[in-house]
Amino acid sequence: MCNNLTAKERLAIDRVHMPELDAELRSRNFEEVNQGLAREEAVREAQRCIQCKTRPCVEGCPVGVSIPEFIDALAAEKLPKAARILQGDNALPAVCGRVCPQESQCEARCVRGVKGEAVAIGYLERFVADWAMTNADKLRSEPLPTGTGKKVAVVGCGPAGLTAAGELARKGHTVTIFEALHDTGGVLRYGIPEFRLPKEIIDVEVDRLLALGVEIECNVIIGKTMTLDQLREQFDAVFIANGAGLPVMLNMPGENLKGVYSANEFLTRVNLMEAGCNPNSPTPIIKGNSVAVIGGGNTAMDCVRTARRLGAERAMIIYRRSEAEMPARIEEIRHAKEEGVEFVMLTAPLEIIGDDKGWTAALSCEKMELGQSDESGRRKPVPVANSRYEVPVDVVVNAIGTRSNPLLTATAPDLALNKWGNIVSDEQGATSIPGVFAGGDIVRGGATVILAMGDGKQAAAAIHGFLSGAA
Amino acid sequence: MFEVISNDILAPNLHRMVIRAPRIAPVRRPGQFVIVRVGRGDERIPLTIGDADPAVGTITLFIQAIGASTRKIVAIPAGGSILDVAGPLGKPTHLANWKRVACIGGGVGTAVLFPLVKALAATESQITTIIGGRSSQYVILADELAALSETLLITTEDGSLGRKGFVTAELSELIADPLRTPDAVFAIGPVPMMRAIAELTRPHGIETIVSLNPIMIDGTGMCGGCRVVVDGESKFACVDGPEFDGHLVDFAGLSDRLTTYRDQEAALCHAANECKLTTGVAHV
Ligand SMILES: Cc1cc2nc3c(=O)[nH]c(=O)nc-3n(C[C@H](O)[C@H](O)[C@H](O)COP(=O)(O)OP(=O)(O)OC[C@H]3O[C@@H](n4cnc5c(N)ncnc54)[C@H](O)[C@@H]3O)c2cc1C
Ligand SMILES: Cc1cc2nc3c(=O)[nH]c(=O)nc-3n(C[C@H](O)[C@H](O)[C@H](O)COP(=O)(O)OP(=O)(O)OC[C@H]3O[C@@H](n4cnc5c(N)ncnc54)[C@H](O)[C@@H]3O)c2cc1C
Ligand code: SF4
Ligand code: SF4
Ligand code: FES
Repeated sequence: MCNNLTAKERLAIDRVHMPELDAELRSRNFEEVNQGLAREEAVREAQRCIQCKTRPCVEGCPVGVSIPEFIDALAAEKLPKAARILQGDNALPAVCGRVCPQESQCEARCVRGVKGEAVAIGYLERFVADWAMTNADKLRSEPLPTGTGKKVAVVGCGPAGLTAAGELARKGHTVTIFEALHDTGGVLRYGIPEFRLPKEIIDVEVDRLLALGVEIECNVIIGKTMTLDQLREQFDAVFIANGAGLPVMLNMPGENLKGVYSANEFLTRVNLMEAGCNPNSPTPIIKGNSVAVIGGGNTAMDCVRTARRLGAERAMIIYRRSEAEMPARIEEIRHAKEEGVEFVMLTAPLEIIGDDKGWTAALSCEKMELGQSDESGRRKPVPVANSRYEVPVDVVVNAIGTRSNPLLTATAPDLALNKWGNIVSDEQGATSIPGVFAGGDIVRGGATVILAMGDGKQAAAAIHGFLSGAA
Repeated sequence: MFEVISNDILAPNLHRMVIRAPRIAPVRRPGQFVIVRVGRGDERIPLTIGDADPAVGTITLFIQAIGASTRKIVAIPAGGSILDVAGPLGKPTHLANWKRVACIGGGVGTAVLFPLVKALAATESQITTIIGGRSSQYVILADELAALSETLLITTEDGSLGRKGFVTAELSELIADPLRTPDAVFAIGPVPMMRAIAELTRPHGIETIVSLNPIMIDGTGMCGGCRVVVDGESKFACVDGPEFDGHLVDFAGLSDRLTTYRDQEAALCHAANECKLTTGVAHV
C-alpha cells in the first residue's frame, strides 16, 4: 500500500469496523470482545486521516498524543516509528486504545467527524501498541538513564502511579511503588474486566517498568503499614495516587441482604480473585439468575456484562435518568445491549426486598420523569406518582459511585483536602506539603484512566523539577 | 514472600504460626489484623495479629483450620513461605482506665483475646479472664493467659477441664458479686457467644466490646463486603472495627451474612477432598 493518496482518495475511505466476538457467544465467556484490527485494516484506516495542520484531535487528548504523526507513520507502514511516537507520549497506549472515551475526547475533535465519521484514533492506537508489544525485538530497547541518586515513593499502582513511576525512572530517579493490594494495576486490574482489558496487557506494562529499575512493593498500605511522614523521611519526594476506592452506599432498606454487592466487591471478586470465571478459584461469588445493576457509568456496564457472563438469564441496568444522560462510553452501552442486557431507564430503586432466609428476592423501584434542569444543566429526574413496582432479582449490584478512601489521608493531618475528602493539588500536582505531589482519582474523584495518566506525567515533571532544584 | 518461622499445633486444627513480617511487626497494635494469601490464585484471609516481636520483625498468628483456605495456611511448615501478608489493618483496641475488666474468649477467640489481655496487663486494670472450649483439648493458651490475668477461669462443655458449661455462667457470677463486677467486658469468640454475653451485660450497663469477623476481601474499606450494622448504621468492620460496642451490634444480621457462601465453601471443601480435618492433636 502507498501513503501518497490525494485528499479525495482519503475522504473516499469508510471508517473501519472493529471485529468483535459474536454477541451471543461472548456474553457467556470472558474473552476480549474487540478483536483488534488486521494490519491492512489499520493501515487503510490510517489513510483516512487528512493530516490537519491545526491538529484539532491532539487538543482533545488529555495527554496530547501526537496523533497525526503516529497515524502518518502507520499509514506509511513504518510501525517502529509509529510505536516510538506513541510510546513517547503515552505510557499505556494499549490500555488507552481500549478504554479511553474517544468519542468525547480525541475523536470528538476529528475534522473528519464533521461530515461523516471520525478517524478511529483509539483503534489505531491500540493496533500500534499491540504491535509494539508483540514486536518488542524490532524496537530499540530504552537506554537505562544514569542514576540521580534521588529516591521517590509512589503510593498506588494504578494508571497514575504507573505513569509517574515510568517518567521518573526515565529521568534517572530511584522509584519505589507501594501498593495496598497483592497485585498491580489498580482499577485496571480489579475493576475493568478481562473482556475489555486483558490482564496480560497490564503485566507487559508492569514488566517494562521493572526493566527500568522501578521497584514495586505490594501489600503495603500507606496510612497503616507506613505513614506519609515515614515516606517523607525515607524518600526525597512522594507521589500519592491511591485512587477513589470507597464505595458510596445506597442507604436504602435491604442493602445488607445476601446477594447485594458494591460494584467494587463484585468486580474485585471476579477480576482480582477470579471468582466465577476460573473454576479453580477458591473465592466464592453469588452469581445470580436475575441481576439488577444500579447506575449508568462504565462501572455499571462492567458489572452488568460480568453478571451476564457469570450466567444471569436476566441482567438489568437500573438508571434514574434517560439513556442520553448515561456517563458510560457509547461502545460499552452498545456492547451491553448486544449481549442481552436490559436497560431500565428513568427508574429509581427504593428498597431491596429479601426472602425469609435473608436472600435478595426483589428490587422495589419507582418510575421517574425528567423535570427542570439542575445547576449542572442536566434535567433532574423526579418521581412519577404511584409508579412503584417490584422486579424479581436475586443479586443487586450498587454501581452508583465511589469516593476517596480516607485510610491514607486520615493519618496525614497536614495534607489539605477538599470537602469531598479529595487531596487538593495545583496544576503541577503539588499538595500543601512540600515534596508531596498527588494525582489521579484521589484528586479528581472518579475520573478516567487517561486523566489519571496525565496527572502522573505532569506530577513526574514537577517532581523532577523539585528534585533538580533541591539538588 | 513472608517466611514461616514456626508452626505448632495448640489444639485440634488450631495452629500458632510465627511469620517474618518486618514492616508489620513494629507498628501493629493490639486488636489489629492482617490479610494473608498463601499463593497465586488463593483467597485473601483475615487473621488477627496474636503477638509480635518488633526486634526480630516477626508476628504471631493463631489459626483455626475450618475451611479450604485456612487449611492451606496451616499446612505450610516452618521454613516455608506465604506470598502475601498485608497489614496491620483495622483500628487498635481502645483501652480506657477501667478498674476491673473481664476478658472472655471462646474457641479460637481465645487466641484473638491474647494480645488484648497482654495490652491490658500493662495498665492498672484488674483482669479476670474466662476461656472456654468444647473439651479440655480445645482450651488454649491457659498458662499464658493465667500469667497475665489476676484470675483465670476455664469452662468446658463436657466438664473435662474447669467448670462444666459455658463462659456465660462464670460471667454471671462475676457480675453478681459486687466486689468483682467488671466495668468493662471484652468478648471474642463465635457470634452466638458474643451475642449472649452482650445480652447478659446489657441490663447492668457494663461496657461490652466485641470483635467481629465478617467476610472480608481487601480489608482497606474498598469493597464494603465486611459491612455490619452497628447502632442502625452500616459500618465497615475492616476500617471502623473490628471491635465494636456489643450492645449496638446487629448480631442476627452478622450471623446471616456469614452464611452467604456456606454452600459454595462446602462444595469447594469437598471438591478439594479436604473436609476431613485430620490434623494431629497436641496438648498445651
Ligand atoms: C469498573 C470501572 C470501570 C472503568 N472504566 C473506565 C473506562 O472504560 N475508561 C476510563 O478512562 N476510565 C474508566 N474507569 C475510571 C478509571 O479506571 C480511573 O479513573 C483510574 O483507574 C484512576 O487511576 P488512579 O491511578 O488514580 O487510581 P486507581 O486505578 O484507583 O489506583 C489506585 C491504587 O492505589 C492503591 N491504594 C489505595 N490506597 C492505598 C494506600 N493507602 N496505600 C497504598 N496503595 C493504595 C489501590 O489499591 C490501587 O491499586 C473505570 C473505573 C471503574 C471502577
Ligand atoms: C478481622 C478478623 C479477624 C480474624 N481473626 C482470626 C484469627 O485470628 N484466627 C482464625 O482462625 N480466624 C480468624 N478469623 C476468621 C477467618 O478469617 C475465617 O475462619 C476464614 O476466613 C475462613 O476461611 P476458610 O476458607 O478456611 O473457610 P471457609 O470455607 O470460608 O468457611 C468455613 C465455614 O466457616 C464459615 N466462615 C467463613 N468465614 C468466616 C468468618 N470470617 N468467621 C466465621 N466463620 C466464617 C463459613 O460460612 C463456613 O461455614 C478472623 C476474621 C476476621 C474478619
Ligand atoms: S490517549 Fe485516549 S484521548 Fe488520547 S489519543 Fe489516545 S485514545 Fe485518544
Ligand atoms: S483531526 Fe482527524 S483527520 Fe485531522 S489530523 Fe486529527 S485524526 Fe487526522
Ligand atoms: S473488607 Fe472490603 S471494605 Fe472491609
